[in-house]
Amino acid sequence: MSGQPYRLPANVGSGTTGRILDRSRRIAFSFDGKSLSGHPGDTVASALFANGIRLVGRSFKYHRPRGVIGSGADEPNALISVGESGRHEPNQRATQVELYDGLVSKSQNNWPNLKFDIGQINSKFSRLIPAGFYYKTFMWPQSAWMFYEHFIRNAAGLGTAASEPDPDTYEHMHATCDVLVVGGGVAGLAAAQSAAAAGARVMVVDECARLGGLADSSSGLIESSPQTEWVQSTVSTLAAAENVHLMTRTIAAGHYHHNWCLLLERVTDHDPSLAIQGAPRHRLWKVRANQIVMATGALERPLTFANNDRPGVLLASAARIYVNRYGVSPGRRGVVFTNNDDAYQTALDLTRAGVPLARVVDVRTDPRGELVEEARAAGIEVVTGMAVTNVDTVAAGAKIQSVKVAPYKAGSRIGGREERIECDFVAVSGGWNPAVHLYCHTSGKVKFDEDLQSFKPDRSFDQITPVGAANGTYDLDGLISEASNTGAAVAKKAVGSKVKRSKSDRPLASSPKAGKLEPVWFVPATGALNEGNKHFVDFQNDVTAADLELAAREGYRSVEHIKRYTTLGMATDQGKTSNINALGVLTGALQSAIPQIGTTTFRPPYTPISFGAIAGTNAGNRFLVVRRTPPYEWHCENRADFEPIGQWRRPYCYPKPGDSRHDAINREILSVRNEVGLLDASTLGKIELKGPDAAKLLDRVYTNTFSTLKVGKGRYGLMLNEEGFLMDDGVTVRLADDHFLMHTTSGGADRIAGWLEEWLQTEWSDLKVYVTPVTEQWAQFAIAGPNARNVLENLDGDIDFSADSFEFMSMKVGRLTGYPVRAFRISFSGELSYEIATPSNFGHSLWLALLEAGENHGIQAYGTEALHVLRAEKGFIVVGDESDGTVTPLDLGLGWAVSKKKDDYIGKRSLERAYLAAPKRKQLVGLLTQDPQEVLPDGAYAVAELKDKPPMEMIGQVTSAYWSPTVGRSIAMALIKDGRNRLGDVVDFPLDNGKVVKATIVDPVFYDKEGAKQNV
Amino acid sequence: MKRYSIFSLARNAANYHKDWGPVWRSPEPKAEYDAVIVGAGGHGLATAYYLAKNHNMTNIAVLEKGWLGGGNTGRNTTIIRSNYLQDESMAIYELARSLYENLSQELNYNVMFSPRGVLMLCQTEHELRAFKRTSHANRLAGTEARMIDRAEVKRLCPIINDRDDCRYPILGAYYQPRGGTARHDAIAWGYARGADAMGVDIIQNCEVVGIDQNAGRITGVRTSRGEIKTTKLAVVVAGSTTQLMDMAGVRMPIESVSLQALVSEPIKPVIDVVVMANTVHGYMSQSDKGELVIGGGADPYNNFSQRGSFPAVEHTVTALVETFPIISRLRMLRQWGGTVDMTGDRSPIISMTDIGGLFVNCGWGTGGFKAIPGSGWAFADTIANDRPHPIAAPFSLNRYMIGHSIDESVAAAVAH
Repeated sequence: MSGQPYRLPANVGSGTTGRILDRSRRIAFSFDGKSLSGHPGDTVASALFANGIRLVGRSFKYHRPRGVIGSGADEPNALISVGESGRHEPNQRATQVELYDGLVSKSQNNWPNLKFDIGQINSKFSRLIPAGFYYKTFMWPQSAWMFYEHFIRNAAGLGTAASEPDPDTYEHMHATCDVLVVGGGVAGLAAAQSAAAAGARVMVVDECARLGGLADSSSGLIESSPQTEWVQSTVSTLAAAENVHLMTRTIAAGHYHHNWCLLLERVTDHDPSLAIQGAPRHRLWKVRANQIVMATGALERPLTFANNDRPGVLLASAARIYVNRYGVSPGRRGVVFTNNDDAYQTALDLTRAGVPLARVVDVRTDPRGELVEEARAAGIEVVTGMAVTNVDTVAAGAKIQSVKVAPYKAGSRIGGREERIECDFVAVSGGWNPAVHLYCHTSGKVKFDEDLQSFKPDRSFDQITPVGAANGTYDLDGLISEASNTGAAVAKKAVGSKVKRSKSDRPLASSPKAGKLEPVWFVPATGALNEGNKHFVDFQNDVTAADLELAAREGYRSVEHIKRYTTLGMATDQGKTSNINALGVLTGALQSAIPQIGTTTFRPPYTPISFGAIAGTNAGNRFLVVRRTPPYEWHCENRADFEPIGQWRRPYCYPKPGDSRHDAINREILSVRNEVGLLDASTLGKIELKGPDAAKLLDRVYTNTFSTLKVGKGRYGLMLNEEGFLMDDGVTVRLADDHFLMHTTSGGADRIAGWLEEWLQTEWSDLKVYVTPVTEQWAQFAIAGPNARNVLENLDGDIDFSADSFEFMSMKVGRLTGYPVRAFRISFSGELSYEIATPSNFGHSLWLALLEAGENHGIQAYGTEALHVLRAEKGFIVVGDESDGTVTPLDLGLGWAVSKKKDDYIGKRSLERAYLAAPKRKQLVGLLTQDPQEVLPDGAYAVAELKDKPPMEMIGQVTSAYWSPTVGRSIAMALIKDGRNRLGDVVDFPLDNGKVVKATIVDPVFYDKEGAKQNV
Repeated sequence: MKRYSIFSLARNAANYHKDWGPVWRSPEPKAEYDAVIVGAGGHGLATAYYLAKNHNMTNIAVLEKGWLGGGNTGRNTTIIRSNYLQDESMAIYELARSLYENLSQELNYNVMFSPRGVLMLCQTEHELRAFKRTSHANRLAGTEARMIDRAEVKRLCPIINDRDDCRYPILGAYYQPRGGTARHDAIAWGYARGADAMGVDIIQNCEVVGIDQNAGRITGVRTSRGEIKTTKLAVVVAGSTTQLMDMAGVRMPIESVSLQALVSEPIKPVIDVVVMANTVHGYMSQSDKGELVIGGGADPYNNFSQRGSFPAVEHTVTALVETFPIISRLRMLRQWGGTVDMTGDRSPIISMTDIGGLFVNCGWGTGGFKAIPGSGWAFADTIANDRPHPIAAPFSLNRYMIGHSIDESVAAAVAH
C-alpha cells in the first residue's frame, strides 16, 4: 500500500482541511489493480487525488487522457467501473463513489491499459474525423457498413456490463408529503426549517452523504459564524422534528405530472456489506408532493481554451472542495483562471491550506469584488485582462507542465506578449448555471439572465418553486431570505397554516459583495496552430468548439440539430458542464444571442438510475403475478405440463410416466369420448351484471338477444368490436331478472370487463347496471363424457341432473357434496357435459370429490390441448384461433347467432359495410389432408396456384390443426376464400421444407354432426 | 450538393473543414408551389425527395413547424423489419425495407442501415402459433424470415434469459435476418439534403395555421410566414394529424397517445440483434454509440404530450430486466415520449381525400420509422398522379367506410 502524497495535513496555515475525513482510519482500495489507501469520508476521486493519480479515464472518441474535473454529479471525465462479477457496475462517477474497504475500481474505454491506450491513435486522425464524419463515409460498398460498424461499436461504449445476474435486491416505496425539498444545502435547509415550523410534513432529499451542500466551501457567515455551524444545528433540529424526513444519498431523478416525484435512494452503495446482509441496494421512492421546493443549487461551468481537457484542469469549486472537504491538494502548484469572483474563494482556500498558487488569471480588466480585494490583500498575485490560452503537457498529455497566459479581449484574437507559467493544475471557473433540470421535466420554462449569463427558472405549470442558487440567487443573505420565505409560503399553501412569521424567524447572513461576471465562451489559442488545438466543450463525448462551428456551418442550425449532429450533451452527464458553454460558442457561429438559440429539452432522470431500481421487487420469480387455479397443487402433484395463458398457468396435459405429450393428449381425449373427463376451467372469464338494465346492456354488446332469456337458462353470445369483428364469445346465463353471469374467454376476461365499464362510463352512463368481474371468486370444472351424469349423481346433493330435469343450456343452483355450487349444462366437447362452479375456497376439495366420485367411471383429468382437439373435432371455434380481429361471425358460419331483429348492437353498422358483407370472403371450413397421417402446420397458407418460388397468391390459412384420435386421422379448420362454395375442392399448402400438402375442403364438423352425443 | 466520400473528407480535413457548405438551404417561402408538404419528418422529407426524384416535381415546399426531423423520426427506437402478417402490410414494409438496403448510397449520406437481425420472441403457445402463421405468410410473399428455436435465440443473443423456470420461458422466436436498425436523424437529414439539392424548399419554423379551399379543391395554406398558394397539399404530421386535418374540415379516425422510450448509458456491445418481447411488452437493441435503446409501452390515455412518463417505463424496464438479467446494474440515462397516431386497425393511412388536391399520410402508430422510404415512395406517386399508388391503395381512408381493415394486432399484440 502506497502513501498518500497529496494528502494535506489536517491543520495547515490558517485553515482546516479535510473536515469530513476520519484520518484515524485507513481504507484499502484498488484502482486498475493497484493497491491504494484512503480514509473514511473519501470518494474514489478524492482518494485518487491523494494518491497522486491524475489520469483516471479516456474520452469517448479520441481516447484523450482525462482526469477529475468536478466534485459531484456533473463529472464528465472520471468514469470508472466499480465492483466485480454480478456486482460490477460501469460508468460510475468517481466523484460520487464513496470509498469503502476493499473497493475494486477500474478505468474504462482503454486497451491494453490506461497509460498506453491504442485508441488514442484516434487523436492523430482527429482532423479526418470531426463531428458527424460518419455520415459522410463508410458507404462504399453499401454492404460493408456492418463490417465498419463492428469496429465502431467496439470502439464506442464506455464500461462493460456485468457478466452475471445482479445478486442485490431493490425496492419501491410510496410516500406523500406537504413539502418536498430537493437539495439539502443552505437554501434547502432554510426552506425546510420554515416549512416544518409552519406545521407541514416535510421531506428533504440530498444526493450527498451529508447535508449542507457547498456550506463548507463558500464564503459568507450565518449569524456571524461559519455556515457549517448553522448547517449542523439546523440539521439536528430537523432530524429531531417529527414532521421532517431527511434523506441523504438520494436524488430527485424526475419530476412528472401533478407534482409526482421520483427519488432514488442509494442505500448500500457506500457499504456493500449491507446489501450482502439483505438490505436493498437502491430504493425507488414515488412521492406525491403537494409542494416542491427546488433547492438544487448550481453547477459551475468550465472555460473553453485549448487543451482544456488535460488532467489537472478542474473546476475552481472542485479544487477548493477537495482541499476543504477531503484534505487533498489537486497538485503541487496551481493557476486559477476565472471570469467571476467566486473562483477567488478557491484562490484564498488553496492559499490558506498552503497549496502554492502561481497566479489568478482573470479575463476581466478591472475586477473589484470584495473577494478579489481579499485575495489581493492576502498576497495572491492577480493578473487581469488576461486568459489562459493553452496548456503544455508531458507524459503524452497526461500531466500539465505549464500554461500559456496572454492578454485577452472578448471577440478579438489573442495578441500581445504570451507568458508561460509553470504549474501542474488549473482551477477554472466560467460562472455558474442554476440546476434547473427538475424544473423543466414537466415543461417548466426558463429565461436567460444577462447578469448570470445563464438560464434560470421563469414559470412552471406545477407546484414547484425554485430557491437559492437554483433560482439564480447567489448572495447568501438573499438566498436564505428567499428560501425561508418560500418554505413558509408553500407550507401555507399545502396545509393552510396561519403561523405568523417575522423577519427574525430566519437567520441573518452576510457574504462578500461580488463583482460582475464577464461572459467568456471561447479563448482562442495563440500562434499559427490555432486550428490544431482542441477546445473541448463536451468533455466526455469529445465535442469541441470547432465541431459546433462545423455543425452550424453545415446548416445544422437548430440547437437540437447541433446536439444530435455533434452528440453534444448526450453523454452520461447529459451536458451538465457543456450545454451553456456550447450555446455561448454558437452565438458566434450562428450570429444569434443565447435566448434565441434556446436550450435542448431537459429529460429525466437528473442523473442515471439503475434498471434494477426501476424493476424493484418485481424481478425474477416476482415478475408479474402468477395466477393459479384452486386445484393448482393437485395439478403439480399429478405431473401437469403447464402452459402460460395470460398470467395463468394451466395444465396443457397430464403425462403419465413414460408418456409423451402426444400420448397423454390422445389418452385424455379418448377418455372424454368414451368415459368421462374432468377439466379445470376456472380461468374462464366470469363477469356478473346486476341491475334493472343488465339485459339491455347485454343486448347492446352481444350480437344476439338476451333480454328474452328465461331465468335459469343460458345462451351462447358473440361479442364484436366497433369494426364488426369478433372479439369474444361465451355462454351467459340469467340468474335472476336483473342478474346475469357472463362467461368470457380466459384471455378476454379482464379486457371484456374493461370494455363493458368503458361503454357504461363513457357512452351509456344512463344504464343502471353494475359490472363485477368474479373470475377468481369461482372455481369451475367441466365434467364431460358419456359417464358425466353418473359421476355427479354419485355425489350427495340437491340437484337433479337427470336429462328431463336438467336441460341442455340451463343452470341450477344447489349443493353438491356439501359445497354450494352453480351447475351449468353446457358443452364445449360435444359430449354430455356439465360445468360445476363453486366458491374458490371449496375448489380444491370439490375437485378431489369429483375425481373420487368418478373413479369407477374411468374419470381422468384433461388439459387445454385435449380441450382444443375435442372442440375442433366438433367444429367449435376458439376466439384467437379461428378469429384474428379480421373475422366476422358470418365468416365463421355463425350467422345464426347474429340478430336480424335488434335495432342496434356494437358492430352492427360495421357488419353492413360493403367489404364485410361481400361474398367470397374467407370462410371457415374443415380440411382433410390427402395423407390422413399428415397434420397440417398451424397457420399454413393455401395458395391459388402453385409456383416454383414466391410470391404466390394466398387464399387462406389453417386456423387449427390436430391429430384427432376420435376420428383416427388429422383434421384441420381453416379460413379459405369462398370456402363454403368450394367443398370438395383440393387446395395446396406449400410448406417451408419445400413439401406441398394437399387437402380437401370439407364441412368443419368432423364428429357427431347431428349433436346426438350431448343430448342424452 | 457536395458529394461525400472518404476523399472529400480528407480534402476538407486539410483546411480544418472550413469549406463545407450547408447541407440544405434555409429559403424564404415562395408565393406559390406546385405542391406543398406539411411536416418535415422522415415521411414528409422522403415524400418530397421521391416527388422530385421519381416524378420531376421540384417546385415544391416542405413546411415544418419546428426543426426538421424533430417529431417521431427523431424519437423512435429505429427498428426496421417487414415481417408483417397481412399482405398489404408486407408489401409496403418490404418496399421500405428494401429501399433502406441501399439508402446510404442513394442519398450519399450514411444512414447506417444495419441489418443486424430482428428477433420477435415467442413466450406463449399462442404467440408461437401466431408467429408461425406469419412466417408462412411471409415466406409465400417472398419476405425472408424464419422461426428459430431457443438455442438459436441464445446464440444470437447470449445475454437473454433462456432458463426453463423463468416467468415466460422462451419457446422460440420469429427471426428476420435482414431487419435491423438505422440512424434515425440521418434518415431525415439525408432525405432533406437530397431533396434540397434537387430544388425542394424546406422551410423550418413555419407553422401552418389554415388551409384554403375553393369549390372542394385546395387553393393554398396560411402559415406563420405568410400565405402560400398550391393546388396539392400533402399532410404528413404524425402527432398533429387531427388538428391539421381539422383545418380542412376533415375528421380523422385517429387517436393520439404518447409512446415512451429510453436509453441506457453507453456500454461496450452486449447485444447485436434487436429483440422484441411482445408477451412481456418490451424491446431492446444497442446503438452504435453503446446505449441500450428501449421501448415498449405507451401511456394508457390519449394525449399530445411529448414528455416522458414513468409507469410505461417501469413496466417496460421490469420486463427487460427479467428478459436480460445482466442489465440490472446498468442505468437509465434519458427517457422521452413521442406522440403517435393510432388508427382502429393499427395500420397507416396513405390516402387521397374528398377534397381535391388534399392528401394525407398518417396513422403509423408505433412503427412508422421502418416504413419511411416506402411510405414516401408510394405517397409521392399518389400525389404526382392524383390516384393511389397500388401499394398505398389498400391504406386509403375509404377502407374504414367499406370495412376493409388491415389489422396487424393479430401478429403483434403490443406496439410494433
